[in-house]
Formats: sequence, structure tokens, C-alpha cells
Amino acid sequence: MDMNQYLSMFIDESNDHLQSLNESMMGLEANPEDLSIVQVIFRSAHTLKGMAATMGFEDLASLTHQMENVLDLVRNNKLRMQDFIFDTLFKSLDALESMVEDITGGGAGKADVSAIVASLQAIVRGEIPTAAGAASEATAAAAPKAADAPVFLDEFQYSVLEQSLQEGHKVLYVDVAIRKDCQLKAVRAYMVFDLLERSGEVVKSFPSVQDIEQEKFEHSFSLYYITQKEASEIQAMILNLSEIEKVTAVALDQESLRQMGQETVAATSEAPAPVKASEPAVGNGNASPAAAAHAKEESKAAPARTGGAPSRTIRVDIERLDVLMNLFSELLIDRVRLEQLASEVQNGDLTETVEHMSRVSGDLQNIVMKLRMVPVDTVFNRFPRMVRDLAKSLDKKIDLVVTGAETELDRTVIDEIGDPLVHLLRNAVDHGVEGIQERLAAGKSDTGTVNLRAFHSGNHVFIEIEDDGAGINPQKILQSAIKKGILTQEQASNYSDDEAIQLLFAPGFSTAEVISDVSGRGVGLDVVKSKITSLGGNVVIYSTQGKGTNFSVQLPLTLSIIAAMLVRLGSEKYAIPLSSIVETGIVKQSQIRTIHGNKMLEFRNSHIPLVSLSKIFSIPDYDESTEEETEIVVIRKGERLVALAVQDFIGQNEIVIKNLGKYLPEVQGISGATILGDGQVALIIDPNAFIK
Amino acid sequence: MAEDIKVIVFKLGTEEYGIEVEKVQTIERMMPITRVPKTFSFIKGVINLRGVVIPVIDLRGRFGIAEAEHTDQTRVIIVNVNEMEVGFIVDSANDVIDLNRDSIDTPPDVVGGIKAKYLDGVAKIGEDRLLIMLNLSEVLNKNEIVQLESLEG
Repeated sequence: MDMNQYLSMFIDESNDHLQSLNESMMGLEANPEDLSIVQVIFRSAHTLKGMAATMGFEDLASLTHQMENVLDLVRNNKLRMQDFIFDTLFKSLDALESMVEDITGGGAGKADVSAIVASLQAIVRGEIPTAAGAASEATAAAAPKAADAPVFLDEFQYSVLEQSLQEGHKVLYVDVAIRKDCQLKAVRAYMVFDLLERSGEVVKSFPSVQDIEQEKFEHSFSLYYITQKEASEIQAMILNLSEIEKVTAVALDQESLRQMGQETVAATSEAPAPVKASEPAVGNGNASPAAAAHAKEESKAAPARTGGAPSRTIRVDIERLDVLMNLFSELLIDRVRLEQLASEVQNGDLTETVEHMSRVSGDLQNIVMKLRMVPVDTVFNRFPRMVRDLAKSLDKKIDLVVTGAETELDRTVIDEIGDPLVHLLRNAVDHGVEGIQERLAAGKSDTGTVNLRAFHSGNHVFIEIEDDGAGINPQKILQSAIKKGILTQEQASNYSDDEAIQLLFAPGFSTAEVISDVSGRGVGLDVVKSKITSLGGNVVIYSTQGKGTNFSVQLPLTLSIIAAMLVRLGSEKYAIPLSSIVETGIVKQSQIRTIHGNKMLEFRNSHIPLVSLSKIFSIPDYDESTEEETEIVVIRKGERLVALAVQDFIGQNEIVIKNLGKYLPEVQGISGATILGDGQVALIIDPNAFIK
Repeated sequence: MAEDIKVIVFKLGTEEYGIEVEKVQTIERMMPITRVPKTFSFIKGVINLRGVVIPVIDLRGRFGIAEAEHTDQTRVIIVNVNEMEVGFIVDSANDVIDLNRDSIDTPPDVVGGIKAKYLDGVAKIGEDRLLIMLNLSEVLNKNEIVQLESLEG
């Protein structure tokens, strides 16, 4: 079978499973007694193993298998979770991740995992391997098979049963009939499964568990069951449940097992064929409150595997979305043009139609933009694990509280924002939160809190990373800056505390007294800042000494359509992104002063530079210096302001950003172009270029 | 016999030039051009070609010939070379001819003031018509522009 066509699906699903494994492990670590989480973990690992084995990634499958053995002991209360077990399991997850990465990169997914496997086995060896262990291991292998073809007792299941017999366990064939007047037969069936799971392992049931859950069975069902108990004991146990009409439990030996297997296959082959790979779910879904989660997970995985079940979401190639976006941009340009024409023609019907079209295309714009939106969770989800590892390696206790993970951002922004956030988080954990001793000395609880928040505000999304650590000492920053030659003593005296703190973003600045391998190599925060700025965003630090520090990252919702102010300079039109405009105004020539040959302007009690766009862009037919009054646009980059002199304000507009084409070299001060309603091209001014 | 190729013929001054038809996207009448500041003088700016922003070059300027007033005949030839879309302003463009590759000779060092490296060759058509075939990748070579700039500056 050619596996290539399934590879991308395998990679996607493996990553999903690894992610959910990571999350569940974190959950379990916080709450080690909660066995329902173990069930969830077990099932994810199980599915992963099945997929890996089917695809022929042996190393992946065998490592997952070892993890499973450990987990199995845990969920059967044979082993208590301890720190070293968590560490080993997390290490295994890392190894799995790197293998999947290797596969993604076209590799064979091979890796030397013998050390991890050895330590996993060591954990298992602390206890006696149980029947359940053997059974689960074999059912796992059976899972992908079951997906291929709905065979009832396939050779794997058969071999499981056989193996169990050899190991001295009892294999029972149990037939359960529920009373015909029973109202909720699925619930009764669930109770039977629940009961059985407590003292053994259900290997196979007819009809499948899915069908039973959905009441797709008459009044009886049968199952293969591995246990240590006697058949009569089991029979009595089940009969103790109400509304059970009849139970027959037959202990099987090798011979009868073979016969029974064949018979049942024949007897039940007329029943509706279960399509889904439901086998591994038998033991888990029913036995725990994880049933809901299981159903969700199953419905997510099933359509991908079988292609049969209906689904409410589809995966779409990102490139297609980009094409859609481009096409829509063109439509938007035509819309603006139509609106303009309609206002010239003054025909009632035409105006009405155009207005309607505008409304519809406005809605369409919203939808298209939403399609490209991705919840920040896709970036956030790896952070809890990262913070946990970091805190551990630094001997700190840290709670990461994530809020607003559902906040959505344009995919292009999401793709870029991961690394800067990682850096800021590392920074918060390393430099922000103090060590346990220091915290106790400062009268705080020994566990530090790092808040990771995302929320919408206007046309922006804010992501805040706030710690409750020691805060930043502005004086220390200033001294350090002077020492490093970033500031002179004189300059430093003019800095307010807030300004001093922002110096952390200055290139070549690091206040870490001890260089650790976590952060503080002297590079970084300036890179973070420039990355965020290049995305059209901004980052500001707020800090209160003794209380903590907050890095607030402001990001634009999208990069392809922005609101802009159109201005005229002579015969030329330019667009200035609204996000960087502070305000607009008119100044008299007499208000403009010349300081050191630079034009300055008094603005809100401070002096800001006045930049002549007409000079910088050598505009042929306009010069503001000849005018009595000048329109200005005040733009901002961080805390700094600059006034741009323009001739006229045309108005505010939604514009579609286009690039200038590959041929043109980078033009300083111009970030792109847009097409106006009259079909003309207007250049978009890059405000950052005017503020150094 | 080598294969026949189709060639778009356009004029700069009195000379006739040719570009292979595969490299030409469209030929447009003159349209409003938005000036792009702080760039080379022969880059006239950008145009909106059905929603795509495309830079346009005055070919006269590019080859160092005195630039002329735009007339009714002036055309913008949009070419697509090495995934770059660029418009060429030319005096006129009104012919498509078939040309046999064999009839293209290696160019002399300088033809009509244009350096040989911008040329693919010269083809003789009919009795007294000479067609200069352009080497578009060289014409659009950016390194060349940088050198040009440093000479000017």
C-alpha cells in the first residue's frame, strides 16, 4: 500500500495527539490523583501508536508502546505517579515530537530512544506486569487493522485472548440480555461495561461499543473478556445490576475460543458493520467521565480515517485562502470605484444597487477575514509545557495562567508571533519571577504566577505577559545603560522611570547579572521589539517594583487590509496607516521653529520634529513652506512623535495593501501601494521610517 | 532550419526592437502612472493593471536615450521575466512577426547606443529592416542598475 497519501494526515493527527498528550500530562501533574486524565492520555498514546505502526514508523510505535505500559500501570492503580515518572514521560514526548518532526521533514522518523525506553521499562519493572498490560498492548496493534476492515475477531484480538490464556488468565465469553421493557438500554449496557472494567479488560464486543452507546442493538450483546475472576462470579456481578434479564458467562479454553470466535463471526456478520476503529476506546471511554472527551476526539479522528462520517469542519489549503483574499481585494477596489461612479451618475436605482452591493461585500469582507483568523491558542498551547520545564530547571515554582486563548488573529500574524512570545515568556520566568527563597523573604507565596493574556481592543489584539515578580528597577537599568555606552550620564538624568524601563529593548542591552542558558545572553529583547514592530505592532513594558512586570504586545488584526488616512501633496496622493496616527491638525508658519537646522513644532507641551514630506519625496508641485498654514499629521512610533506636513486631508478609507512588485528596490518611507477608488495607485507611507 | 518564433515589434525613435511574444503579457495604452519617489529616474512609477500594481520603466531612459513626450502611439508593454512583472514605455508597438531563429545574428558591440549585453541579436527582415532583439533578463538585471546608479551618483 502506498502510504504517502496518508503521510500528511498522519503528521497532522500525530501533532494533534502529541499536543493533547502534552496538555493532559500537564493537567495530570497538577492533579496526579485524577485517573480520568490518565485514561485520556492513555487513549491518545494508544491511537498514536496504532497510527505509527500502520505507517511503519517502528521507533515511534515502540516508544509509545513503552509509555503506554507505564500509563497502564497508573490507570490500574498499580503505580502512583511521581515526579521522576513525569519527567521520563515528558522526555518521551519530546523524543516523539522530534521523531514526528523528522518525519515531517521527509525523514524516516528514526531516533535512538534506547535510554528513554530503558528508563520506562525500569519504571514498569517496579511492578508485576498485568493481564491488562498485555491486552492493551495487543489491542493497540489491532486498532489500525480494525479501521481497515470491520473484521470481528481478527487475528490480533484472537492472539490477545490466546496469550492471556497462556499467561493463566481467564478468557470469558459473556452474553448479556437486557430486559425488553428497559427504557435506557444503552445506560444498562454502560453499567455492565463499567462493572467489567473494574476487574478485567473487555477485548471485543458485538455490536461495537459505538453502536451500543447509540442504542443500536436489540436487547442483548456479547463480549470477550479477560479477567482473573471465575465465570460464575462475573455472572453474579452482572445479574446484580437491575433490568438485566439473563447473563451467560462461559470460560473458554484454547479450543473453544477458536470455535467460539468462528461462530460469533458467522452469527454477527449480518449485524450492521461497525466502521470506526473503536477498539481501543472500549476500556477507556466507558469507564470514566472522559467519555465526552472521547466522543469528541473520536469524531475528530474518525472522518480523517474512514472518510465516511459527517463532519462540520473541513481543512482548507492555506494557499486557497490567500487566493480568496486576493480576489476579494480586487472586488473591494471595484466596489470603491463603483461607489464613486454611482455618486457621479446620480441615478437612484444605480445608487441603491451599489449601496446594497457595498453592504453585501462588507459582510463578505468580514467573513473572508474571519476565515483567515486563527485562535492564538495555536501558539499558546505549547507554552504551559515550556514554562513547566523552565521553572523546573531554574528551581522555581511557577503557575502559568492563560486567558483569552480563543482570541483570534490573522494567520500571517500568528505565524510570526511565536518566537517573540517564547522569548518574552522565558524572560518572565527567568528574570521576572524570583527564586523561592527570595519570594518567601519578600512575603509572597512560594509559587510565582505568570499571566499570559490575549484580548481584543479596537482594531488590535493585545497579548500581555505579566509576572508577579520583583519588577524592574529603573535606576539599575539607567546605570547599566550608561555603563554600556547606550546613554550618557546627562541623557540618563532626563529619563523618566517609564522611559528607563523601555531601554530594555535597546540593542545590546541585558541586565542579567548571571548569564543563564534560559535567557539573558544580551541578545533578544531588541530582536523581539523589531520583530513585533515589523508586524505593525508595538510592545511596551509596565513595571512596579516589588509587584511585577507586564510586557504588553499590541498587534494589528490583519496585515492585508488596513484603515488609512488619505492625504494629498500637490497632485499626488498618499495613504498613512491610521494605526500610527495620533492626531491631525493645522499649524501656522509662526509656530514652526528651527532648532539646529531642524524644524520643530510645539505639540502638547513638548517639541516634536516636523518632517516635510514634499522635500523627502521631492514632490514637484507642492511645498508647504510657501503657505501660511500647514496641515499636519502627527504619527507615533512607540513613545516618539513626529509631525508630517501635508497639503490636504482627503479622508479615511479601508485600503488593500499591495506590494510594489519585485522589480522595484526598497523605497525608504514607502511600505507598499494601494489602489484607490478612481483606479489610481497611491503609495502607503511607512511611518516608522520617519522616526529613528 | 531552426524553429520560427513570434516577436512583438516596437519602436524607440527610429529603431525597431523585438521581444519574444511568450514574454509579453499585454500591451496597454498609456495610463496614469503614480510616481514613486527616491528611485531611478527611468523608473516612471507604478500603474494599476487590473488590480495588480506594476512598476513601469521608460525604455528610452533605461538605454540612456533622451526621453520623448508621450503621444497617442505610446504604449506600455507588460513583460513577465523571472517572475517579475514590469511595464516598458515605448514609442509605439504595432506589429507581430514570425522570425526564424537562424536569421538572428550576434549583435555588433553597440547598436543604436545600446550596449551589446542588452541584446540577444539583430535580425534582418525584408530588404532594409533591422530588428534588434532584446535580452530582457539583462535589461531587468538589478545589479546592473546598482552599478548604473553608483556611476551617476
